[in-house]
Amino acid sequence: MAYAASNQPGRMGHMPVTIKILIAGGFGVGKTTLVGSLTEIRPLRTEEPLSEPGAAVDRLDGVERKSTTTVALDFGRITIRENLVIYLFGTPGQERFWFMWDELARGALGAIVMADTRRLADCFPCVDYFEQRGIPFVVGVNCFDGARRYRPDAVRRALDLDPTVPVVLCDARQRASCRDALIALVEHALQVLRDRSDQAAAAPGAVPAGEPAPAAAPAGE
Amino acid sequence: MPSPDDHWLDEEAGPVVRPYALIRGRTRASGETLDLIAIITAVRGVEVDPSSLDPEHLAVLRLCRLPTSVAEIAADLDLPLGVVRILLGDLRERSLLAIHHPIPPARLPDVQILKEVVDGLRRL
Repeated sequence: MAYAASNQPGRMGHMPVTIKILIAGGFGVGKTTLVGSLTEIRPLRTEEPLSEPGAAVDRLDGVERKSTTTVALDFGRITIRENLVIYLFGTPGQERFWFMWDELARGALGAIVMADTRRLADCFPCVDYFEQRGIPFVVGVNCFDGARRYRPDAVRRALDLDPTVPVVLCDARQRASCRDALIALVEHALQVLRDRSDQAAAAPGAVPAGEPAPAAAPAGE
Repeated sequence: MPSPDDHWLDEEAGPVVRPYALIRGRTRASGETLDLIAIITAVRGVEVDPSSLDPEHLAVLRLCRLPTSVAEIAADLDLPLGVVRILLGDLRERSLLAIHHPIPPARLPDVQILKEVVDGLRRL
């Protein structure tokens, strides 16, 4: 780990600041690839065994899934400086793992929602999720080989995004491209936090800025 | 008849002890839920009787000589998050860990820290 072994309470400069960013999107859209392109360590994976009576039918047609399964979380790390570290978490792609999201989303700075223009609808649930909870996000259009290129504006219209939500084109295999998407997200989150803190200042007694709305279970659980 | 010398259990067979057997079937950690990016550090200078702890507890303490996130502990020890949280809860109850909870973005002491993040990312 990158931290010095200093642990004195009350000294902000010595306290580790950890920032959680989610990489979301449909199954197979390139989330794990993006995490792998950005992480300074080998991509890590932790698995959580689950027993799921009544799990929703998996979309991999014809593949019977057992009712006990594991949900894998891919994650990576970027050290900005000592005591300032970003953790990237790839969210589970299948919708039956929605319940994991509330834990992942708690305290997250924001999310990159990855989109594949050939299957744009796959990222609708992610867009809805972050919109409903007021978590800042950008849409990263993963430019797959052979897929038709669309202008960001076309993707924005197709997803019916708020005009303030950035749409960036990226290649999940290219570190520089992923980094730019991440910068777009952090800058967007910064703006959102500032706007909210301005609004809170204008309306005293309002809910603290940036507090995610209480997590309601998404439909279909 | 297989003889007792037959090694029919190898790495391929998976863990001999199921993860939740390590924690005696418990599914909830004591205390509040630890965030994936909470930073855990083993408290120094505390005498621990190794025989009073399970090998997995000791592995956590070894790993956390340097501050380590909950997610990394799970990945490094190759244990499910739920199991790691219970192990951490046990160690916390015995005051063997310093836990640093992440600051929610809205409560960052200074939003400028995000400017620093952007500048840092640009240097990547």
